[in-house]
Amino acid sequence: MASVDVTQPARRPFSGRRVHLGDVLLQGVAGLAAAGASALVLLIAWKVVDGARPSISKYGISFVWHVVWNPVVGREAYGAGSFLFGTVITSFFALLLATPLAIGIALFLSELAPNWIKAPVTALVEMLAAVPSVVIGLWGILVLGPALRSHIETWLHSGLGWIPLFGAPSAAGASLFTAIVVLAIMILPIVSSISRELFLGVPHELKEGALALGTTRWEMVRGVVFPYARGGIAAALILGLGRAMGEAIAVTQVIGGGVFIHWSLFSQGDTLASKIAAEYQGATSNLDIASLIYLGVILLALSLLANLTAQWIVRSVARQHGVTRGGHA
Amino acid sequence: MSAHDLAGPAMRIDRLPRRRAVNRLMELIAWLAALIAIAILGFVVYSVARRGWSELNLNLITKPPIPFSFTNAPQGLSNAFAGTLVIVGIATLMALPVGILVAIYLNEFAPASIRNAVGIALDVLAGVPAIVIGIFVYGLLVVGGGGQSGIKGAFALACLMLPFVARTTIEVLALVPNSLREASLGLGIPQWRTTLSIVLPRAIGGILTGTVLAVARVAGETAPLLFTSSLVGPQTSWNPTHALQTVPLAIFELSESPDPKDHARAWAAAFVLLVFILVASLTARWLAMRNARKIAGR
Repeated sequence: MASVDVTQPARRPFSGRRVHLGDVLLQGVAGLAAAGASALVLLIAWKVVDGARPSISKYGISFVWHVVWNPVVGREAYGAGSFLFGTVITSFFALLLATPLAIGIALFLSELAPNWIKAPVTALVEMLAAVPSVVIGLWGILVLGPALRSHIETWLHSGLGWIPLFGAPSAAGASLFTAIVVLAIMILPIVSSISRELFLGVPHELKEGALALGTTRWEMVRGVVFPYARGGIAAALILGLGRAMGEAIAVTQVIGGGVFIHWSLFSQGDTLASKIAAEYQGATSNLDIASLIYLGVILLALSLLANLTAQWIVRSVARQHGVTRGGHA
Repeated sequence: MSAHDLAGPAMRIDRLPRRRAVNRLMELIAWLAALIAIAILGFVVYSVARRGWSELNLNLITKPPIPFSFTNAPQGLSNAFAGTLVIVGIATLMALPVGILVAIYLNEFAPASIRNAVGIALDVLAGVPAIVIGIFVYGLLVVGGGGQSGIKGAFALACLMLPFVARTTIEVLALVPNSLREASLGLGIPQWRTTLSIVLPRAIGGILTGTVLAVARVAGETAPLLFTSSLVGPQTSWNPTHALQTVPLAIFELSESPDPKDHARAWAAAFVLLVFILVASLTARWLAMRNARKIAGR
């Protein structure tokens, strides 16, 4: 007790510090901005669900898997089934195509590349991410699509046509396959730049320890780098998946459109995002618009799920490795 | 126990040639992967440049388009270029101050728990698909509030810019050495003055490069504008209270046209857009590298 009496007078000047009006103002305004930014997420979710309400109340949850889209007045019927299927197929195969490439690029940039080549190649890969989706789409429909159709698609179909995935190519060159390649190109830089950072974050003493034991560089990567970065790579892949699911414009340009479920990658299709983008001027009735927005609700739910899962993985991995750092999104 | 038992069969010396071969193969694959990525970028840029270059002339930015034109009268996309300037400009004015304030709050004032929570919200916002942002603004502002307009399109783009600007600003603010803040506070300068006149000026270069990157990113965005600023005529307008045409949207529409003349203009517009975006992001990256050294005082 006595010690308190002794120390208290000495503290007085500090505890009696003046509260500055400017501090309160700046903290208030800045805090308001932060609160607003956070509230924006909730507002988006609420407003999108709100816009889809007529369709939600009419079709309920079965909208999600019904394969039908008929806007003819009097015979309207809407369902997201084929678009959900298209989204899952295109983003899954895009990820399958992009992952080995992205990891290869990341390994190249973090472990292999000579110093003088590192910075320019890193910049070039990140420039790929800066190319607008509408430009990739323009290139996809006029250059890539026809090229894929006349070379790769016909070739795969004639050789491996007995696998249902490789059906007869569509006439125009617009296909799920073109969309998959375009999406793979778009997520490649994201996955590779996150993986590169992860690989660079592997402690040097672990890498050097492995090399000192006599491993080759690849054995060191497989035995030390991959296990250490495993969680982070999973998060990067999920972020890439979320990005692929949400891409609307480029996919709309190259995928061709249509309402059906089939296993051939070489015929046309639609994804949730591309259907919304394709119909932006064609929506006729309120129910039509609400059903399009319902597609947006499903898309939002999927991307939130992907994003939060990735963030959760990043944070738990960071805790595990004893480093505190922010998410990568 | 011998070294062999410890290391396991994979590391046996007698398999060294094979292990070296596998290593070579994997290194080759990694080199190839990097080459493929650069080749793709080169292929895209080359395709756009080859087709866009020949169509590039002043008409593209000075003459408006002529709908359903079957003649060879010179036409361009002046409406789209004007609209993109206006919409991206307004979006930047909206997102920049808010983004900087969010970053100031998170880096200078907020306790760790709030910093984490708002950080999660920013990352979630950055992950919302652009097309969903478009639907959101459509539902919030377009349906009940007198239709589409350039300002509403700009608001949609600002939603995309906000998390990006906030994140980069946080990173730059975190680079400002704490000793500066402590020196200022130690002289009796209140925290708000310290933040606004000591910390922020030090970080301004980094914030600007972040802004340039954000502008380069949203200048090419199409999806958020489909529902917010897309029902437009061919006349050139600078008035943001009306729906305005934009360059990416014009490319999108022209690319779906059956007329090869339209494709030619789409390539030319894509070329201009691509050059702007690539030059802007390269410059920003170069400035960022210089700035990071300067801010940290090294």
